[in-house]
Amino acid sequence: MDRRKIEENIFKAIMITSTGIILSGLVCIIATIVVKGLPAMNIAMVTQTPKGGFYLGKEGGILNAIVGSTYLAVGATLLSILISLPVVLYLNIYAKRGSRFVSFVRFSFDVLWGVPSIVYGAFGFTIMLYFGLRTSLLGGIIAVSLLILPIMSRAMDEVVRMVPEELLEASYALGASKLETALRVVIKQAFPGIVTAVLIAFGRGIGDAASVIFTAGFTDSIPYSLFRPVATLPLAIFYQLGTPFPEVQERAYASALILTLVILIVSISVRIASRKFTRNVVK
Amino acid sequence: MDFKTHISVQNLNVFYGNEQALKDVVVDIPDKKITVIIGPSGCGKTTLLKSFNRLIDSIDGVRFSGEVLVDGENILDPKMEVTHIRKKMGLLSQKPYPLPMSIYDNIAYGPRIHGIRNRKKLDGIVEHYLKESSLWDEVKERLNAPASRLSLGQQQRLCLARGLAVEPEIILGDEPTSALDPKSSQRIESKFLQLKKDYTIIIVTHILRQAKRLADYIIYLYLGEVVECGPANEMLNNPRDPRTKAYFSGEIS
Repeated sequence: MDRRKIEENIFKAIMITSTGIILSGLVCIIATIVVKGLPAMNIAMVTQTPKGGFYLGKEGGILNAIVGSTYLAVGATLLSILISLPVVLYLNIYAKRGSRFVSFVRFSFDVLWGVPSIVYGAFGFTIMLYFGLRTSLLGGIIAVSLLILPIMSRAMDEVVRMVPEELLEASYALGASKLETALRVVIKQAFPGIVTAVLIAFGRGIGDAASVIFTAGFTDSIPYSLFRPVATLPLAIFYQLGTPFPEVQERAYASALILTLVILIVSISVRIASRKFTRNVVK
Repeated sequence: MDFKTHISVQNLNVFYGNEQALKDVVVDIPDKKITVIIGPSGCGKTTLLKSFNRLIDSIDGVRFSGEVLVDGENILDPKMEVTHIRKKMGLLSQKPYPLPMSIYDNIAYGPRIHGIRNRKKLDGIVEHYLKESSLWDEVKERLNAPASRLSLGQQQRLCLARGLAVEPEIILGDEPTSALDPKSSQRIESKFLQLKKDYTIIIVTHILRQAKRLADYIIYLYLGEVVECGPANEMLNNPRDPRTKAYFSGEIS
C-alpha cells in the first residue's frame, strides 16, 4: 500500500473514532437517565405539583418545574430573538463588512459565550437588586436571556453571513432598501439556520441551573405571575439529587428524562411548524 | 450611426482601495440599442456596469469620481436616492439568483416594494412579465412553487421578468448567459433582440461571438480604460486601435 493510501486510512479511522466517542457519550448519558429514571416515572410526576414531603420520598410530581422551565425558557428565547435579530441584521447588512467594529462585536460574543452561567446568574441578581426585583420569573428570564443571547446571536450571525452577496444585490437592483432586503429576503433565505440558532439557545437556556438559582428562585406551586418565583427543571433535579433518599434521587433522573423530552418535543414541533417557511430557500 | 444618448459617462474613475479599476472613462450609451461591453477578464467591465445602478456602493473601500448622467441626472451624486436609480434599471447577473420565495412572489416583489398592493393588479403584472420573458407557459400551473425548483435557464428568464416588472428603462446584463446551456443562452439572446425596441440594453460579455450577434454599439475596455468604442459594424470590421485588433484576433483574452 502506498503512503497516500495509508494516510487516507489513518485519518479516516481518526474521524470515525471521534464521531464514535461523541455518539457513545450521548448514548451513555441518555441510557443513564432512562435506566435510572424510568422506574420513578409515573403520571403523577408530570401532572402534580410536589405535595408535602415530596423531597422525602412522598407523593407528588414536578409539574411546577415543567411549567416554570417552559415559561422561563420560552420567555427568554423570545426576548433573545427580539435582540439577536436586529444585531445580526445590523452586522451583516448595515455595518461595513469586515470592519473592525464588526469583528469586535463578534469577538465579544465569542467571549460572552464562554462566560460561566453562574456569572450571568450573579450579574442578573445585581440588576434585580438595583431595580428592587425579587427572585421571580422575570428575573430568571433576564438572567437566562443574558446567557443565551451571545449563543443565539453568534449562531444566527454565522447563517446570515452565508447568504450570498448576489442575492442581496438582486434585491437591491430591484430598488429595494436595505430594510426591505433584510426582512423579506435575508430572513427568508436564512430561516432554517435561524430556527436552528433559536433551538440551540432554547436548549441551553432551559437546561441551565446556575443562572436561575439566584434569579428565578424555587417554589412548589405553578407560576401565575412574572413577579413570583418559579421552579425550574434543572434546579428540581439538583435539589432531588441532593437528598439522601434513593427514591428521591431516582426521581431526579426521571426529571432529567422529562427535561430531555421537553427539549425533544419543542425541537421537533418547531421544526415541523417551520417547514412551511423553508421550502423557498435558494440552494 | 446617429443615436440619442441615454447614459452619458463623464470622466469616471473608480478605485478599490489603492487599485484603480476604471480610468477616466468617457462614453455615451445609446438609447434603445444594445450596447455590449467587451474586454478581457479583470478589465473593469463589471465595475462599469455596476456603477450604472450604484451597486458598487456596497463594495468595501470603493471610491469614485466623475459623473454618470442618466436622463440628465448625475446618479453618482451622493445625494441621489439609490432606490430611485435602481428602479430604472433591471439587472441580470452571471448566475441567476431567484429570491427565496415562490415564482409569483419573485415577480411581485419589485412592484410590491414600489407600492402596488392590489392583488388583481399584481396578478396581471406577474402574467404580463412572465409572458414577456417567455416563461408563462412553463410555469402558469405552478406559480406558487418555489422559484429555486426551476432550471437555471428558466431561473434566468424569471430574473429577467422580475427585473422588467419594476418597469425599468434600462436592462443591465453581467455576462447573463455564462451559466446557461446553449439553448437557454439563445433564448435569452433573442429576448434581448426583441426587447431593444423598448429598452436600453447594456451587456457585459467576454464572448466575442455573442457581442457580434447582439451589439449595436461596442465598448472595448482594457485594464480599466476605454480603448475604443463605436457602432458595432464599424468596430468589428475596422478596429482602429491595435489593442482592439489584438483582442478581436484572439491574442488578448
